Amino acid sequence: MIEVSNLSRRFGDLLAVDSVSFAVAAGTITALVGTSGSGKSTLLRLINRLIEPTSGAVRIDGRDTSTVSGEELRRGIGYAIQGHGLFPHWTVARNIATVPDLLGWDKTRIARRVNELLELFGLDPETYAKKLPRQLSGGQQQRIGVARAIAAEPKVLLMDEPFGALDPIIRLKAQEDILAIQRRLGITIVLVTHDLDEAIRLGDRIAVMDSGRLLQYGAPAEILSHPAHGFVEKLVGGADRPLRLLSLGKVAELVEPGPADGVPVAEATSLRDALSDLLWRGAESLPVASNSGALLGRITLPAIVARAGRQA
Amino acid sequence: MNFDASEVGSRRNVGFAAFPVLTREAFDKLGIFIALLTGASFLFEPFVTLRANRIVSGKGVGFFDALPHSLGYPGALLVGAVAVAAIARAPPWMRAGGAGLTLAALAYLVGEAPSHLVGPDNRLARVAPAGAFWLMGFAFALLLTDAIGRLKLGPWPRLSLLAITFVIAASFLNSGLWDGLSVLKEYAVHADSFWQEAINHVALALTSLGAALIAGLPLGVACHQSSRLRDLTLPVLNIVQTIPSIAMYGLMMAPLALLAAHVPLAGELGIRGIGTAPALIALFLYSLLPVVGNTVVGLASVPAQSVEAAKGMGMTRGQLLTKIELPLAAPVILTGVRIVLVQNIGLVTIAALIGGGGFGVFVLQGIGQAATDLVLLGAIPTIVLAFSAAVILDAVVDLLKGRA
Repeated sequence: MIEVSNLSRRFGDLLAVDSVSFAVAAGTITALVGTSGSGKSTLLRLINRLIEPTSGAVRIDGRDTSTVSGEELRRGIGYAIQGHGLFPHWTVARNIATVPDLLGWDKTRIARRVNELLELFGLDPETYAKKLPRQLSGGQQQRIGVARAIAAEPKVLLMDEPFGALDPIIRLKAQEDILAIQRRLGITIVLVTHDLDEAIRLGDRIAVMDSGRLLQYGAPAEILSHPAHGFVEKLVGGADRPLRLLSLGKVAELVEPGPADGVPVAEATSLRDALSDLLWRGAESLPVASNSGALLGRITLPAIVARAGRQA
Repeated sequence: MNFDASEVGSRRNVGFAAFPVLTREAFDKLGIFIALLTGASFLFEPFVTLRANRIVSGKGVGFFDALPHSLGYPGALLVGAVAVAAIARAPPWMRAGGAGLTLAALAYLVGEAPSHLVGPDNRLARVAPAGAFWLMGFAFALLLTDAIGRLKLGPWPRLSLLAITFVIAASFLNSGLWDGLSVLKEYAVHADSFWQEAINHVALALTSLGAALIAGLPLGVACHQSSRLRDLTLPVLNIVQTIPSIAMYGLMMAPLALLAAHVPLAGELGIRGIGTAPALIALFLYSLLPVVGNTVVGLASVPAQSVEAAKGMGMTRGQLLTKIELPLAAPVILTGVRIVLVQNIGLVTIAALIGGGGFGVFVLQGIGQAATDLVLLGAIPTIVLAFSAAVILDAVVDLLKGRA
């Protein structure tokens, strides 16, 4: 659990972060969204004190972060950045071992942890442990960057545009991977992005920032359907809004009894993808199958359309 | 029908082979220069100089007169063949091999000249390498370095080549082959002081480099962290670098003499207006700019994201510097060390002017006595030292880059 209260940071005349307060529940993902210069990256760096706050406080699991040294605090918090920031002169294994090494873990424990993480990220330890970062693809480098960030089993992981340098297809895969790993390990993640779709896809909650202020903080559906006046409305109010809303729901939520023809869609499919499927096939309705393949009923175009509209 | 580009290419090549056209590209430009230089010096310059004693001016002796026919003709054939190969765009390994072989042959032949020209009883006569030897040596050394450059050898092969060169030179020296040459006759007279000055020379160059590293590395790190300090330091060091070395030694003399006169301890430590102290201080000052400048450039070239990640994972400033920044900056810093070492090995020669010692002592004595051979006794080892230092440190830089 991270509690941020009245946090401010001033750079000369500029108030980069202006008295921001919010709380992140343990085991959730919070996405900080905003344009460049909105203060979202500064806010992230105030949490691990890469930047010291001018005023206000951050508590992690009830403990004020200003009570420990900056280095000690940061060794306990994962940190992953855009373009991975791997150390080019160190092997993959040594890169991953950075924080455990700083914490003085013994060698066998570090080696075991490195192997465990490489396997978790789908990289064969035999092949990859001894490679240098430049010998890896962009996607692999990014995965090592995240593996390094969570090497010392932190409860909190801060990510600053972690997928920013990836091309769209690899980016989608990387987002799915981080979601799966977060669900599995139960880490609390605060993630900075300028990409609203990424925030909706990953965030349990979204915090919209502009000019150093936190304008709205809530679940993605709430941000989309009830945006605050002004900047947030402009940010989410584009032509994509109904589709973005649909991307939050699953087919399982709108299954109704009844027959339908065609290849069934899976119940875990997002409503957005199901709509796309219906339109492409020119069908009014499609059968829905459970993960095990059993037929559950059908999903209809009118039901999805009704869901996409403005919610009362 | 299969019809691809490679087929077109091969057909055109066949056409060229069938009707060879001598275009300009068929010749190697550097090869032409080397062949012309070799030919001209071979024909118009003496291979060795023969003098009645060490000071009188001598007369030049051509290649075929300086050597017995049994050596002269095969030697001339080899030189000619390699020069032609240099023009004809032979593959680099062949050019390197030919150039290396020719250099070794020239070194051997010049050692055979004295016994051919001077009787064993004549102890006063001097035989020294002359124009044709030096110019051909230069030409084939050029061919060798060019060919080695084209071979793109890794650091270990380059170091091996240097070692092989030393082994060959050492075996020539040990065998007594060159003992008849005037430079080695000078060496025989100055043998004791030669090695003493060699130690002085290397010690001066290395001590000043060490001092520059001890002072320059922290200064460079500080300049990296503070732009104000950088803006102050680098221009000052730049100005120091522009002071001519003789002027620098001169400037050192008065303050150090004053210091020695007024602080007894300084005098006891050997700090005087002349001698080792001013030489060391001058070399140290010259060394600072490359060390500090390259440290600053090297640290600035460390990827910003790596630094950000290191801080974000809880490294202290010291850990960031020693684990990330300095190792990544090391190749650039070592390039600075290479510059300093090669520069200092040359500058030490001038330190002899103020009694600093080193090979410059022989150069100065040689100039004073109008004895060219003595000048060479100081100059040749200086060049060998500087060249070896450059090759070794270049290899070290490459090895570090390969790792990073």
